[in-house]
Amino acid sequence: MNRDKILKRYDPDQYNLLAILHDIQDNSPQHYLSSDDLKATADYLKLSLSYVHGVATFYTMYSLKPRGRHIVRICQSPPCHLMGSTDVSRELMRTLGVGFGETTADGQFTLEMTSCLGVCGVAPAMMIDDEVYGNLSVEKIERIIAAVRSAK
Amino acid sequence: MSIFRSHILLPVDADTVEAGVFAVKRCIEEEIAARQLESEIKILETGTVGISGKGVILVVYPERVYYTGVTPDQIPRFVEEQLVKGRICREMTHITADVAAGVKSLHGLGLTRAQNRIILDKSWKIDPENISEVLAQGGYSGLEKIVADRISPEAVIAEIKQSGLRGRGGAGFPTGLKWEFTRKAAGDEKYIICNADEGEPGTFKDRLILEGDPHKLVEALTIAGYAIGARRGFVYIRGEYKLSIERMRKAIEQARQYNLLGKNILESGFDFDIEIRMGAGAYVCGEETSLIESLEGKRGNPRVKPPYPVTHGLWQKPTAVNNVETLANVPGIIANGFAWFKKLGTEKCPGTKVFTILGHVEYPGLIEVDMGTPLREIVFSYGGGIKGGKRFKAALLGGAAGVFIPEALLDVRMDFESLKENKAVLGSGAVLVMDESASIVEMLFSILKFFAHESCGQCAPCRIGTRQLLEIIYRIRQGKGKVEDIDAMVRLAETMQATSLCPLGQSPVMPVKSAVDYFRSEFAALIPAQQA
Repeated sequence: MNRDKILKRYDPDQYNLLAILHDIQDNSPQHYLSSDDLKATADYLKLSLSYVHGVATFYTMYSLKPRGRHIVRICQSPPCHLMGSTDVSRELMRTLGVGFGETTADGQFTLEMTSCLGVCGVAPAMMIDDEVYGNLSVEKIERIIAAVRSAK
Repeated sequence: MSIFRSHILLPVDADTVEAGVFAVKRCIEEEIAARQLESEIKILETGTVGISGKGVILVVYPERVYYTGVTPDQIPRFVEEQLVKGRICREMTHITADVAAGVKSLHGLGLTRAQNRIILDKSWKIDPENISEVLAQGGYSGLEKIVADRISPEAVIAEIKQSGLRGRGGAGFPTGLKWEFTRKAAGDEKYIICNADEGEPGTFKDRLILEGDPHKLVEALTIAGYAIGARRGFVYIRGEYKLSIERMRKAIEQARQYNLLGKNILESGFDFDIEIRMGAGAYVCGEETSLIESLEGKRGNPRVKPPYPVTHGLWQKPTAVNNVETLANVPGIIANGFAWFKKLGTEKCPGTKVFTILGHVEYPGLIEVDMGTPLREIVFSYGGGIKGGKRFKAALLGGAAGVFIPEALLDVRMDFESLKENKAVLGSGAVLVMDESASIVEMLFSILKFFAHESCGQCAPCRIGTRQLLEIIYRIRQGKGKVEDIDAMVRLAETMQATSLCPLGQSPVMPVKSAVDYFRSEFAALIPAQQA
């Protein structure tokens, strides 16, 4: 969906800023907010670009950099840390060949760290796009990534 | 209405979705269709049963057999044995609770042991996406009572005050009092906000309440709106909780269709509606003034208090902000009266509390028990004890902004007052259990990393303090610490507590101080010998 159509769905009220940014980002194939997106949103809501930029960079769910087709977010909170997320993170970096905040060369995966996902009963856990993967172990990582890679 | 001879309950929550509950559901449907049993057997998607990490769960009624770790390939056999022949499918992992047949207890499931559920009472008996089932189980009866008996807003507030309900978000502020302040504040436009920005590490109770019984929140917000004089309510849900957002959205739509929301609710002349707003990933937004800023479309920086939201909240109008679990108590109190509520829990902290048990326990998951239940019972009875027969070392209560509890304090009662006496907090109700293999230094490191990452940067004590704490513990971990570093951490955290603007900067003192108080030797062991 194009940006103007998305903007038109909302009243031009600052109250809608977060929802608009979510919506534009969710509809972006590269899951990010471009500087044009921020500019258009600022104009639509009659806010300054610096203000919208300030909001977009405050929240961790928004990205101002293009991201891969899939976003892998591994939980780094104390419960997952206790249950071994450090080893799992290392294995993710090895399997994907990238560090945190980076995207694989083929544009398929971006690896990110996240605070508590609220699924601590199955710690350590991660989310790939909207799917939760729990009870992770180093052995499971390659298989999960391969399955996501080959899906669709 | 058709009558089914058998019901299969299929708890759907983030854990079971991850384990493939929908694939299992499709298999059951196919098998049932192949045997033309559709008119005899009903499959119900329900909220959580409170069991985590056991894969897909099926509960078969009327037999009350619990199957765990269910996979699609077991389904043909399951349908044949359990549904056609009516006997337990023994080759699958299962637990029975059929008292009539004299079989076993639910002990093997740990968490399903008798609980006093008033918040999660319906959560796994209903399809949360179907309002008729909610109504059939007594949903909205609190709201109906207010309308039918023409109870005044003041009387609703009085009922909540008398019940002694205290905020379940961590601070424990009396809910009735908060509502009264908001009602009495000057101004025509007022708001009620449900804080569903659950971000405290180790906490997922609000998610399971939202997923399991979203209508309870719709009803509670409507009652709260009526009591304080608000016509607009907001649910601020963190962006990561996709299923909660979806279920809440459906519940609101259905409530509108039934005139339980919208204009002239149940012909009472009262107008009220609810909007869902999605967070975007910021722990600090769980603090009420940050949440309000975020709701207004701003960076989630906390405000200076006072003035408090009850007089100057959303768009500077009087606003009550309540936690999900707090609100979920409201319909029951109104429907059954404050005296019913006061019978539960302790004198100063009536009611129940939802706890999430996790870490090195046999049965991680969620329970709802009376306030004041001893920690030992929660860990060893409900949680099934320490995994793999190891020894208990410590529990971190209340998430990152929580307190380490050593073995010597295992008998502490879990309510606001008793924990305070032991310099601990109830916080969000997270109980993270660590066995003897866990390192307290490592845990504290992880906690301090979390705070440094989540500090919003607005006030200096928190912005700089969280960073400094992280640097000190990093040094200690590396074996480069000095003996003074241990107490320096405590002093710094105490200074932050005294000078930070919001609870984020005021919190690190709790884990830091308790870790040092109870486990000082672990820190000291990492200090190089020539220094010690």
